[in-house]
Amino acid sequence: MLLLVTFAPIVAAVLIMLGLPARTTALAASALTLLTSVLLFFGFDSIAPGFQFVFTIPISTELRLNFALGVDGLSLLMILLGAIVLLAAVWFTGEIEHHENAFYACLLLIAGGAIGAFASLNLFFFYAFHELALIPTFLLIGIWGTGNRRAAAWKVTIYLALGSVILLVGLIMLYRAVPSSARSLDLRVLQAAASAGQIAPAMQSSIYLVLLIGFGTLISLVPFHTWAPEAYASAPAPAAMLHAGVLKKFGLYGLLRLALPLLPDGARHWSGLLLVLLLANIIYIGLVTIAQRRLDWMLGYSSVMHMGYIFLGIASANILGTTGAAILMFAHGLSIALLFAITGEIRKRVPSLDFDAMGGLAKQMPLAAFAFGLGVFAAIGLPGFSNFAAEIMVVFGAFRNGFNYQHFHIFQWAAFLALWGVVISAVYMLRAYRRAFFGSSPEPEVVVADIRSGFRFPIALLVAASILFGFFPQIAVQRIAPAFRNYFTASQ
Amino acid sequence: MSVIPWLVLLAPLAGAAIIALVTRRTHSLSAFISVVTVLISFVCSCIVFAKPEISVTEIPWIEIHGFLRVPIGFTLDSLSKTMLVLVSGVGALIHIYSLGYMRDDPGNSRYFASLSLFMFSMLGIVLANNFVMMFIFWELVGLCSYLLIGHWFERDSAAAAAKKAFITNRIGDFGFMLGILMVWGATGSVVFDDIIPQLWRVTSNPTFLTICVLLIFCGAVGKSAQFPLHVWLPDAMEGPTPISALIHAATMVAAGVYMLVRVGFLVQASPDALGVIAWIGTITAVMAALIATQQDDIKRILAYSTLSQLGYMIMAVGLASGEAAMFHLFTHAFFKALLFLGAGSVLVALHHEQDIWKMGGQGRNLFLTFITFGVGMLALIGCPPFAGFFSKDAILSLAYNRNPTIFALALLTAFLTAFYMMRLFVVVFFGKPRSSVARTSREAPTSMLIPLVVLAVLALIGGFNFFARHFLTVPHERDAAQFVPGLALVAMLLGATGAIFLYRGRESDPFSLAILRKKFYFDEFYRALINATQELPARISAFIDRWVIDATAVRGTSGATWSLGALLRLMQVGNLQAYAFIFGLGIVWIIYFALFR
Repeated sequence: MLLLVTFAPIVAAVLIMLGLPARTTALAASALTLLTSVLLFFGFDSIAPGFQFVFTIPISTELRLNFALGVDGLSLLMILLGAIVLLAAVWFTGEIEHHENAFYACLLLIAGGAIGAFASLNLFFFYAFHELALIPTFLLIGIWGTGNRRAAAWKVTIYLALGSVILLVGLIMLYRAVPSSARSLDLRVLQAAASAGQIAPAMQSSIYLVLLIGFGTLISLVPFHTWAPEAYASAPAPAAMLHAGVLKKFGLYGLLRLALPLLPDGARHWSGLLLVLLLANIIYIGLVTIAQRRLDWMLGYSSVMHMGYIFLGIASANILGTTGAAILMFAHGLSIALLFAITGEIRKRVPSLDFDAMGGLAKQMPLAAFAFGLGVFAAIGLPGFSNFAAEIMVVFGAFRNGFNYQHFHIFQWAAFLALWGVVISAVYMLRAYRRAFFGSSPEPEVVVADIRSGFRFPIALLVAASILFGFFPQIAVQRIAPAFRNYFTASQ
Repeated sequence: MSVIPWLVLLAPLAGAAIIALVTRRTHSLSAFISVVTVLISFVCSCIVFAKPEISVTEIPWIEIHGFLRVPIGFTLDSLSKTMLVLVSGVGALIHIYSLGYMRDDPGNSRYFASLSLFMFSMLGIVLANNFVMMFIFWELVGLCSYLLIGHWFERDSAAAAAKKAFITNRIGDFGFMLGILMVWGATGSVVFDDIIPQLWRVTSNPTFLTICVLLIFCGAVGKSAQFPLHVWLPDAMEGPTPISALIHAATMVAAGVYMLVRVGFLVQASPDALGVIAWIGTITAVMAALIATQQDDIKRILAYSTLSQLGYMIMAVGLASGEAAMFHLFTHAFFKALLFLGAGSVLVALHHEQDIWKMGGQGRNLFLTFITFGVGMLALIGCPPFAGFFSKDAILSLAYNRNPTIFALALLTAFLTAFYMMRLFVVVFFGKPRSSVARTSREAPTSMLIPLVVLAVLALIGGFNFFARHFLTVPHERDAAQFVPGLALVAMLLGATGAIFLYRGRESDPFSLAILRKKFYFDEFYRALINATQELPARISAFIDRWVIDATAVRGTSGATWSLGALLRLMQVGNLQAYAFIFGLGIVWIIYFALFR
């Protein structure tokens, strides 16, 4: 089953390049992926420990390399996210003027690569799958993008390539940190080595820093973030949905999967630095977002800002915070995908996404306004959406770290500032919503068509998933929390 | 184990979902579903109210053992039962009124869906048995308020007011959430019943306790529109009038008071915090009453009077009497809803002319509205035997016993209340019609008049002991001086006769006090404050991001880019695909050599 989820999109991409009808194949493959990952998610035994649905092909015993797939609650939730956003992104793909098959193949490869990385138990394939997903992203922006697409494509290529190389260095350092008899690229072996204390604390600090910078660049951690708004403003909507929604979560997933359990001392050592950077993500980027004057740039920056909350969950280093971070990755993926999708549809219809040139769209595009409104309220953490449940857990988790009621510790102040960020995000999101959709239209005589009613399905898919976990977060919590409980008991 | 409390909560949610998903194109059906679900809620609330003991299973919402347990569960005590009946009852009346009021509105389905969602959220606040669940519904009523204030979203003023309301509430909720975090940090729980045995952990540190209580109070300041976060409520009058009656007068804005009473075990433990709360309430009561004397918009006058009355309730909470606060909340819900619905009936008759100086002489044209509005007005200004007299008297006696300065200010507020309400009443209903619509006005449809009559009856009997004691403990200040009600009556009579004397037969307002007309310049002050603390830093940050971080980073990486570029140029490849492909190959190559050689 896991093999099917991982390779359905990739095989479909190949088949499309070989000449199968692009849209139909892509839709079928993504529907199959979604169906299978839903079955996996609900078939997952939340009581049994360790990875499940493990599938291994030994490749080379002398290199100690094997192709191993397996999931726990964390990876399963990410795979589910990938499958949902893939189907929505494919569905939202409209008319492609040239090389339609290549466009769909790229979308499928991004999702397939991301899902593969989430499912991999071997660092080699973990990294390789991510690279597989990264390249189509560059292509989608460079070839099918809008605006200054060449420049944006170059910038994102340079940044993400650099991030990947730094990450690669970090992974190699990690591999070499273990005594040579125990060296392996298998996560489970590394985990055992780490819990046996075979990675020296000093070594952990340096590896953690390299991984943090590498992953951080991929996640748009301040100050490595400036590629993100530009790339998302130029990318075609489905590419932005998949990258901001799914692929960007690879870096966060990596931190949760590798950095926290394998390098607990490193994480402790750098937690002050991480807190400063993530608060910059929340407060400073929040302010930058307020100052944006274009809808697409505002969304790009808002996505950078929300990464700060996920980092906060990771930094809090307890089950509550990390579980919250995992659910927030999922929740943010859904809401940002929805917002980018609607923005893409608006871009096709209005001359400019400048707030000054927009207004009154709710009258002309009621369905788009409704969907965008759902995305806005999900993004600003309204209860009922999974974003809220996740943010609650993140903030509570951070607040719990080192709590003492005589005086506030650094984590309490971080939780305090992060809560203020919730106000900031309400300010910019509601302002954007009002400027674009409410009030009077700048050119009332121009008729703007609403989005196709067929798009109700992907909108409903994204919203329903968010609401399901928003109303019943325990479904996700009971699957994810055990994974982290293993981590924290193993490492402490 | 009973499902009836769940039915109270979930019936309106089901209504909202059905309207949003199924019947949104059929307006009359949407309205019908909404009314039916609120009636189900009301009937079930009455059943819950009548039953002495009900056990309800709770659902775990988030549960991580050893860290956080947030259930969705119910508190069913006399306080919440009374609120259930009050909220669903007034809600049902206003649903019925809306049938007439919103009959021809193109956004009718959206309106009723939001209204049902509001009922769900408000009942959730009432039922919540823990802080997080209360916060969840607390935010949801904020959403409904946003949706309903912005119902006519094409109007710039409505869109702006909706945003302002939501963000102002968020600022209050920022403090609320922080307070919840601190209580949880100290006691390890967010469930009210689990906090109480651990409360000593908070109370043993008085400073910590005071900060906790004041932070939680921030939530009430936002939701109940107290000074200094009161600015959103008058603007919220951009919404349809039934919404002003239900959300912005009778129920949602009272949620802050309800919350403070609900967590009274915590709030009442800190004398310092109580002092602050009492003074915030007093300042709001006086300030709003002063502003109300110089407003010309009928709904805004009522909005300021709501602020002022909420100030009374908060004052009572601060003077350590949850009973007096709840009593006034209870009576206020009836007569303020009545006043707003009466105003709505006037507005329908006058084709939505809101300026009281364009009205006049409506007593003859709108006789039933005139009578019922009169009842509401007398109840509000505290004229015996109407409901407001008893509850206001309870708060005044309380203030007299606890704090003479606050008592004097409360008395001043009573005087001002009588003054501005009588001004409104005289200008709208007496004299000659001052515009053409006012001359030809006609009474509203029956569905709007029934709720007026029901509420008028409640405003008349709501304060009497024989009625109110079924719902709450009627507060009784044993040592209260006999002359307190007398003083209150004198203040009321002075205010009312003064207003009659000054405004009878006037064509326009003889006074004009800029500072009151401009509402003490709060909006201007906040605009400047936001510019200084948010817009300016935002622009500076954006500048830094664009011209410092981005520019530096680009320059820094340009070295790497150039070498990469030169390398690629050597290979004479011209397009991005090829670059990407070579890049991927290179990575695989590096891994291979680094790891396996």
